[in-house]
Amino acid sequence: MRGVLSDRMGAALLMAPLLVFLALAYAWPFLGVVKWSFTLPTPGLGQYQALLTDDLVQSVFIRTLRIAAIVTLVSVTAAYAITVVWVRGTPAQRLIAEFCILVPFWISVLTRAFGWVALLSNRGLINTWLQSIGFISEPLALVRNEFGVVVGMTHFLIPFAVFPLASAMRSLDERVLLAARGLGSSRMRTFWEVFVPMTRSGIIGAAMIVFVFSLGFFVTPAILGGGRSVMIAELIYLRIFQSPDWGLGAAISVVLVLFVSALMAILFRYVKPKQLV
Amino acid sequence: MQQPGRAAEIKAIGIGKSFGSFRALDNLTLDIGRGEFLTLLGPSGSGKTTFLMILAGFVQPTEGRLFSDGTDITDRPAEQRAAGMVFQGYALFPHMSVEQNIAFPLKVRKKSAAEIKRRVGEMIERVGLVGHAKKLPSQLSGGQQQRVALARALVFEPGVLLLDEPFSALDKSLRGQMQAEMKRLHQETGTTFVFVTHDQSEALALSSRVAIFNHGKLLQVGAPDEVYDRPDNRFVAEFLGEINMLPLKGVQPADNGSMGLCEDRAVNMRCKAEKVRGDAILAIRPEHMSIAREAAVGENGIAATAIASTYLGAATKLDLTTREGSRVTVSVPNEVAAAALSKGNSVWLTWPAEKGFLLPDGGQ
Repeated sequence: MRGVLSDRMGAALLMAPLLVFLALAYAWPFLGVVKWSFTLPTPGLGQYQALLTDDLVQSVFIRTLRIAAIVTLVSVTAAYAITVVWVRGTPAQRLIAEFCILVPFWISVLTRAFGWVALLSNRGLINTWLQSIGFISEPLALVRNEFGVVVGMTHFLIPFAVFPLASAMRSLDERVLLAARGLGSSRMRTFWEVFVPMTRSGIIGAAMIVFVFSLGFFVTPAILGGGRSVMIAELIYLRIFQSPDWGLGAAISVVLVLFVSALMAILFRYVKPKQLV
Repeated sequence: MQQPGRAAEIKAIGIGKSFGSFRALDNLTLDIGRGEFLTLLGPSGSGKTTFLMILAGFVQPTEGRLFSDGTDITDRPAEQRAAGMVFQGYALFPHMSVEQNIAFPLKVRKKSAAEIKRRVGEMIERVGLVGHAKKLPSQLSGGQQQRVALARALVFEPGVLLLDEPFSALDKSLRGQMQAEMKRLHQETGTTFVFVTHDQSEALALSSRVAIFNHGKLLQVGAPDEVYDRPDNRFVAEFLGEINMLPLKGVQPADNGSMGLCEDRAVNMRCKAEKVRGDAILAIRPEHMSIAREAAVGENGIAATAIASTYLGAATKLDLTTREGSRVTVSVPNEVAAAALSKGNSVWLTWPAEKGFLLPDGGQ
């Protein structure tokens, strides 16, 4: 009993610096944002009312949800495939997968976004090549639109989806897969009916992480969307820094934080935090 | 392993398996009869589980061939062999209910919904899980999970059922209950059972034949009483239960068996001195020896001194030393033990000629 208590106290002490930092650098300033949303330009619920009626804000919200949903679907699917190779492949395959997962972490999000611009723009590598082999005559619109945003965000988020999936796949009891095959199930069927359902917690965790991250993306959509496919974070930025509309910007922030908190609450009802790393 | 509803007959010829430089199984040749209950017994790392995995098709042997009902199945993948298998820890599908688990092998075989429903229902009844059909494995006790694993492995009427230490996680009383249940299922289904365990009493209680493994080698196969009463070597003798070993000199054939000198007294054995001559070991189970005041002329016996006793309730285990320093354990009625100890001096240990057997001297 004593051991448990001192462990808990030890854990609390180790966590304390982070909690203090978050309280001072995040929670406290955020309270200020909450205050703005109710007081600027005039006290009241005016900004929240505007949220419900402003067509621009609503279209950006819907676009953000749509992009986040597409990015989540594509990233988790791709991450699942990579993770299967990483966790269950031959040693050589594992090494290659590990390289593909870890290297993106060492390159800044800005560099990567410009890298994609170089690849996807009208005179970028892909369009030039496709034109040179005569496959297309006019460049394809691959960037400065939602497609470019989805590509850039997916690339950024795949590694984040890998870790909860890997955790779920590693904790899976190998004998259950053997049992399925021993009972006559083909490899394909074993994968779909046993392996995938048994990694469900990893899939939920990965999807939630990617979705929540996607909602707050700023740099990637700002560069790859080229101002045409504005997402919610960019809209907040514009409201605060470019139009003197702090109240509306603050209200959008509050709604976003509440929405994400609700999603996290749902997530942790189904998945333990331990399963996400 | 292919025709449903019919027990399979399996032939393993010269099976060997190496993992790198580790020799897990060496030149194993074994026939498993139709409908028999064969136990593979041995300590961990003896090769018994490797052999079971080779039978299931999860492990590919490095040498040798495997036949089922005369067909070579060595290269056939596990899913096409479809031996029923019960794993250590049961390996139930955690995301499926009890009935979905049991239905799985039937669904894979594309049986009609009506047939699946009927057969799953029958199986649930047969293993005593009525009322638990909709539960998830995590909501069941260990014994109940065990029953689901058995039901799932038997529902498609496999030619052979493979069991890998299925009772190791159960407590003692539940173990006994599940053993009885498994024996009943074996009789009812008539399927060939191959059962892996490291528990010798479980092996002796359940099987029609026991195959004893050590260091990747099959040492002896036989009916439980055969391997217990007439082990081929020291490892088998010791692994199957407590045993007393006395050095013998001048072993030679005699009328009705063989004879030799044990601590300067002539002793007789019913078994023949085929493999051993000269020096050998005389092995006798503790329950086959008794304490006497005197050994009659012509009766097998040696002098010994009682040194300690352990009260076991129904009997007492008595430890003795012989004149030449061999340690002997006998299991005797409680009052005999008390008398032997209270005397504190010499008693005689006697045994019938048919209960002593010869083992080669030294090594295995």
